[in-house]
Amino acid sequence: MTATNYELSHLSHIEAESIHIFREVAAEFERPCLLFSGGKDSIVMLRLAEKAFHPARMPFPVMHIDTGHNFPEVLEFRDRHLAEVGARLVVASVQKSIDDGRVVEERGPRASRNRLQTTTLLDAIEEHRFDALFGGARRDEEKARAKERVYSFRDEFGQWDPKSQRPEIWSLYNGRIRQGEHIRVFPISNWTELDIWQYIRREGIGIPDVYFAHERRVFERDGMWLAECPYVDLLDGEEVTTRRVRYRTVGDMSCTGAVDSAASTIDQVIEEVSATRITERGATRADDRVSEAAMEDRKKEGYF
Amino acid sequence: MELLRFATAGSVDDGKSTLIGRLLYDTKSIFQDQLEAIERTSLQMGNEYTNLALLTDGLRAEREQGITIDVAYRYFATPKRKFIIADTPGHIQYTRNMVTGASTADLALVLIDARNGVVEQSRRHAFLASLLRIPHLVVCVNKMDLVDFDQDAYEGVKAEFRDFAMKLDVADLTFIPVSALRGDNIVERSLNTPWYEGTSLLHHLEEVHIASDRNLIDARFPVQYVIRPQSDDHHDYRGYAGTVAGGVFKPGDEVMVLPSGFTTTIASIDTFDGPVDEAFPPMSVTIRLTDDLDVSRGDMICRPHNQPTAGQDIEAMVCWMSESTSLAPRMKLAVKHTTRSARVMVTDLQYRIDVNTLHRDDSATSLGLNEIGRVSLRCTHPLFFDEYRRNRTTGSIVLVDEVTNATVAAGMILGGVR
Repeated sequence: MTATNYELSHLSHIEAESIHIFREVAAEFERPCLLFSGGKDSIVMLRLAEKAFHPARMPFPVMHIDTGHNFPEVLEFRDRHLAEVGARLVVASVQKSIDDGRVVEERGPRASRNRLQTTTLLDAIEEHRFDALFGGARRDEEKARAKERVYSFRDEFGQWDPKSQRPEIWSLYNGRIRQGEHIRVFPISNWTELDIWQYIRREGIGIPDVYFAHERRVFERDGMWLAECPYVDLLDGEEVTTRRVRYRTVGDMSCTGAVDSAASTIDQVIEEVSATRITERGATRADDRVSEAAMEDRKKEGYF
Repeated sequence: MELLRFATAGSVDDGKSTLIGRLLYDTKSIFQDQLEAIERTSLQMGNEYTNLALLTDGLRAEREQGITIDVAYRYFATPKRKFIIADTPGHIQYTRNMVTGASTADLALVLIDARNGVVEQSRRHAFLASLLRIPHLVVCVNKMDLVDFDQDAYEGVKAEFRDFAMKLDVADLTFIPVSALRGDNIVERSLNTPWYEGTSLLHHLEEVHIASDRNLIDARFPVQYVIRPQSDDHHDYRGYAGTVAGGVFKPGDEVMVLPSGFTTTIASIDTFDGPVDEAFPPMSVTIRLTDDLDVSRGDMICRPHNQPTAGQDIEAMVCWMSESTSLAPRMKLAVKHTTRSARVMVTDLQYRIDVNTLHRDDSATSLGLNEIGRVSLRCTHPLFFDEYRRNRTTGSIVLVDEVTNATVAAGMILGGVR
């Protein structure tokens, strides 16, 4: 921070704006909650929440929507990291939603629990009576997300209506809701993938090992390297090989692709991200490939 | 590396999307898969060329109708700066979206077609930029290739625009002759305009001085959240968290807390990364005071000899944003100002302003969607405010419908009651 000419670096600038949003929500809502996947964006979110309320603990719990198809490394990281931070964890399980008959598991080799998460998430919001949920979505990730407000209103069905969003002017956020409605809050809306990595480096925050290059047994599907795992059946002609890969995003093992990479340090990852010509979701997410508007459609139903 | 936010307004015809596409493309901020996706969609939609507008028109409805409905945010960086573009639709029916995009911008880009000169839309965009007090206005005289890079054509547009801008409050006005389609004067200075002595658009965006746009004189700290750890380590800790809205705060400074009017000194300015020697906008910090005062959210920390206006009667320019209702005298609304919430009643609508001609209509009795006018408001509690022209944070309000909870207006404070 260069204090002499009253200039802030761009990272300190967006950090300050994000902290402002965390505090605003904590002040105006009864029961906020921070959605945490164990991915890089939610790890940054957690750090920002820590900073916003320091030296007090963050005044809300952290919730993980557990699909049961996680990378084991990420679950292990989740528990260790949250214990260090001292955050209270709520787990909402997609498996339980299936067992309770709330949703039906998709079948076939391309089955995914991605879409099922929405029901689990909305049920958990209702059960815990959360009125504000912090999410780590960024506008640079995806074109529907580029249109998202920082405070995104959801009706009593959890639906997003992109056509009638509240105007958001200056940093005066309108958090007024009725019983049963909620707000999804996106404090890192204006961060880019590169900002996230530069911030992780600046802050020296730990992240799961899957983000760094490692040997993994993978097979090619739809131009991506999917990990061999108990949740995906191979199709005819698909062959498992061992490659040196890393993950740019972390979702379910069943729908997150790895990229070939030799980047084993943060610096190397930043170098790789700076040079890449493919967006992170384009390179790695089967869930976005369903249709041109796959994300918008899922978001309207109440997805993250 | 500094952050610069800029807003663009315009329709496809002005070449706005082409200009943004060009900036993103030439700074390597468009990714291959994005480009392939919009090439595919352009082909499907029967466009003859790759429609760069599809990069920002992300919603199904926008793609179907081929129009920009909502503000889209785009990001790019050069080694010098990180940029956030608020890309807003240009037509009059989207004035509220333009106001939204302009509210946080450091710079506004207005595009003028060199063949058509200053048209109604260019005047409206310039007026909104000045109303929202965007400190820097850049006029790109576009499609210079279609007027054979003629200096006279450029100078003509420039003179015409300057003439109009005299009526506005524009602090910093810059003109650049460009061809967004061919890339002239966008990233590099063009050989086609040897008579032009300024810099390229990107160079201007990288170099324009924005650090002094903030108010570093009037110390303002709206208390956002009180931090009181319930732990043994920090038993007596009581900190006031917030974002500095103006001026510079330092430990040891004598400060006053409003509305109580008590004075005390700053004991320390804390952050997660340790105490700091000074705090200035837009830093988010936690201030501890030497004396144990009753301070809560919505209070304002300032200096005893430099206080904001405290009052319940406010004059403001408002932009009405609701489709379903109109603003009219006697109307009651919720108001949000810095970290303070209250209720207001509209006591008077003084005039409505024609956003194209700047003509004031004193006989107006209401403001409909996208209309702008000067109102008098009576507030249930005192607000601690500055004129918007002095401070965009302590001078701005939003109005909210108490029944529908919709955000219905943005307001810029002109002052207290005369």
